[in-house]
Amino acid sequence: MMKPTLVAAAVAAALLLPAAASAVSDAEMSELREQVRQLREQYEKRIEALEQRLQQAEGTAHNAQGAAVKAEGAAATAAEVATKAEAQAVKAESAAIQANTRPASEAAFNPGISVILNGVYANLSQDPGRFQITGFVPTLGDVSPGNRGFNLGESEIAISANADHYFRGTLIASLQPNDSIGVEEANIQSLGLSNGFTFKAGRFLSSVGYLNEIHAHAWDFTDAPLANKVFLGNQLTDDGLQIKWVAPTDVFFETGAEFGRGRAFPGSNRDKNGVGSSNLFAHLGGDIGASTAWLVGLSRLATTAQNRNYDDLDSTGTQVNNSFDGNSRLWALDGLLKWAPNGNSTSSNFKLQGEYFRRNEDGNLTYNTGNAAGAAQGTQTGTLNSAQSGWYAQSVYQFMPMWRVAYRYDRLNSGTVKLGLVDSGALRASDFPIFARNDATRSTLMFDFSPSEFSRLRLQFASDKSRLGETDNQVFLQYIVSLGAHGAHKF
Amino acid sequence: MNGKIGSRFRMRGYIVLCAPDSGTISIVLKWPLSELARFILPAAVALSLTLMQTHPAFAQLKVLACEPEWGALTQELAGDKVSVSSATTALQDPHRIEARPSLIARARNADLLVCSGSELEVGWIPLLLTQSGNARIQPGTLGFLEASQFVSRLEIPTVLDRSLGDIHPAGNPHIHLDPRNIAKVAGVLRDRLAQLDSANADFYKSRTAAFLARWGEAIRHWESQAAPLKGINIVVYHKDLSYLNEWLGMREIGSLEPKPGIPATTAHLSELVAHMQREPAKVIVYSAYNSPQAAQFLSERTKIPAVMLPYTVGGSDRAKDLFGLFDDTLARLLAAQK
Repeated sequence: MMKPTLVAAAVAAALLLPAAASAVSDAEMSELREQVRQLREQYEKRIEALEQRLQQAEGTAHNAQGAAVKAEGAAATAAEVATKAEAQAVKAESAAIQANTRPASEAAFNPGISVILNGVYANLSQDPGRFQITGFVPTLGDVSPGNRGFNLGESEIAISANADHYFRGTLIASLQPNDSIGVEEANIQSLGLSNGFTFKAGRFLSSVGYLNEIHAHAWDFTDAPLANKVFLGNQLTDDGLQIKWVAPTDVFFETGAEFGRGRAFPGSNRDKNGVGSSNLFAHLGGDIGASTAWLVGLSRLATTAQNRNYDDLDSTGTQVNNSFDGNSRLWALDGLLKWAPNGNSTSSNFKLQGEYFRRNEDGNLTYNTGNAAGAAQGTQTGTLNSAQSGWYAQSVYQFMPMWRVAYRYDRLNSGTVKLGLVDSGALRASDFPIFARNDATRSTLMFDFSPSEFSRLRLQFASDKSRLGETDNQVFLQYIVSLGAHGAHKF
Repeated sequence: MNGKIGSRFRMRGYIVLCAPDSGTISIVLKWPLSELARFILPAAVALSLTLMQTHPAFAQLKVLACEPEWGALTQELAGDKVSVSSATTALQDPHRIEARPSLIARARNADLLVCSGSELEVGWIPLLLTQSGNARIQPGTLGFLEASQFVSRLEIPTVLDRSLGDIHPAGNPHIHLDPRNIAKVAGVLRDRLAQLDSANADFYKSRTAAFLARWGEAIRHWESQAAPLKGINIVVYHKDLSYLNEWLGMREIGSLEPKPGIPATTAHLSELVAHMQREPAKVIVYSAYNSPQAAQFLSERTKIPAVMLPYTVGGSDRAKDLFGLFDDTLARLLAAQK
């Protein structure tokens, strides 16, 4: 009934295919697949024809039973052969799938690349050039609300891939609107460690508090909380090592340590071997039913500053440069709660987040390091002991797909700053106006619209009372767009 | 005075850290011992003490399924020899899951991770993999299984451009609604379970054989039951029913989402109404995790029934397991034909 040559060809083709799959090109593969498909079709037609003939045989004559039985037997054999051929075809198909998904060139190993574009229009009632958060020592970086008018925000290029079976590498470069390039993050991360350990080395966002570890483009507001500005200089990145351990428990418990150079505020670059800053942290988190997830954290950052300097206007109206040498200890307590109906955040969801920081600094403050001309009081050094704190709380509500509204309240407590030079009567408190007692507050209201996961348009209003006796009314319009590889965002 | 000297004096120790599985990486950290003693050690000691009491030496295999269908399949094949949990429920959109702390904790303890793959979980699985510190479930190991790698995927895009919506470069990842795919994945999962837990390999094999026999029978039953659905036009919410359509021969003539992953807009819905006047559909379907409003709006405008499908195990009362999922899906589609 069946042509033996055809069957043999089908079987041979099917058997040869998996072996050949690695060698043949896509075009050949699809041609082979087409042949297998045609063969299968032919068999199906033949079986159909056989079945028809069988029916005819049954219908025409009862006395031709013998012939019918014979035909039935033949049909059964044919069906068996066809099943076999089909099984081979399935095998060939899976080989074809494999061959198809095999990357065609070296380009397949290119790392994942993503780009963040960001732009802001700012309307500020106070001059941003005179921005300060009174009561707190200025950080080394820029924490001001930025320029008035149209501003290009920071553009980010992120590149990451697994280096091998041990390491994953990440590089995040930030392109500043003033045409400079910065290395925001460049680190390797372990893949092969087990028992809950992970390891990171290089430059990375420090795991101090909650928000510090989140990239700015994923923040719920245009700018950082005041507490993050005064205690971490907006966002702390350090060069060093991080080791983390996740406990083998049902409740999420993670603890870890970072040892770094301490190059950034509250530390400063030093010429020193060994560890310049350390951060110890722990997180605890879990679910409450299907709808709510929570996370709390505690961290302690310890670093030492050397010649950490800033400018101030002394009582004679002369601009002087002062500098701090000593230890800085920062405690951060953070909490996060996310809610979505049945845990499905697509339509609506709610997020509550807050952090409390407390910093103690002990060391020496040098007044007028450069012995500025016009400063009649010369260069003097005395002790500095400060205990300061600050917190923020914010909530974000997505009330319908794409639309969110959020409110944030910031409060700082300038606490106590004891200056040896003032206590001894060598200088007056008015020589250090930056340390004037001030409990800065800010209220921020935010609306945003996210047409997709990859773009966001934002409108933000803030009433910022960072400066002693002044209120800065701020309006920001912002876009944030991400291109390229789909990023996975931290909880 | 003594106190002051004490506080300035800091002991330093050395800690050598080795990757337990590789034995080749070793990192020497210079660690301020006082800090270590004060924070990490007490916590670690306390935790390991409690853990030693709760974890017996020969523990059950722990399986973390990304979606409920793979949890249900593992349960069918492995019974009580493994402990299975699903990272998501049928009421959660699998595209929009966050790497919650509880998921990191579960990934840390898992021996096997079973996901759909094809970038369905691209927003959260990479974080679970890097944050959990679990080498057993990394891609390329036995403990990492992406189900869609083992079936022929539909709708592999020829053009990749985000202006076309949230498309999956590797093809449509919602493979489980073609029951023949479930059978294919069952074979792969059985082999993985047997490799990871060889003591129970025979158990997994015989249980899978029994499951596949029942499953084959069920498929034949469903196929004959679903004969009236062949060739009908349907409107879907998201392109998550393509494999069901392929299996039953239904034709998708439109979707409530203007583009994959983009919520329905009124402009798009009115276009859809006009389109459905030219090419009428028999039924408008949406999944349990979708909001019903858009489907109901379209149903009122076109007088075509809107039907909620469970989509996966747990999506409806009847969809308690994989058999119930298909029983209920077909029953709901057939009821809408009357």
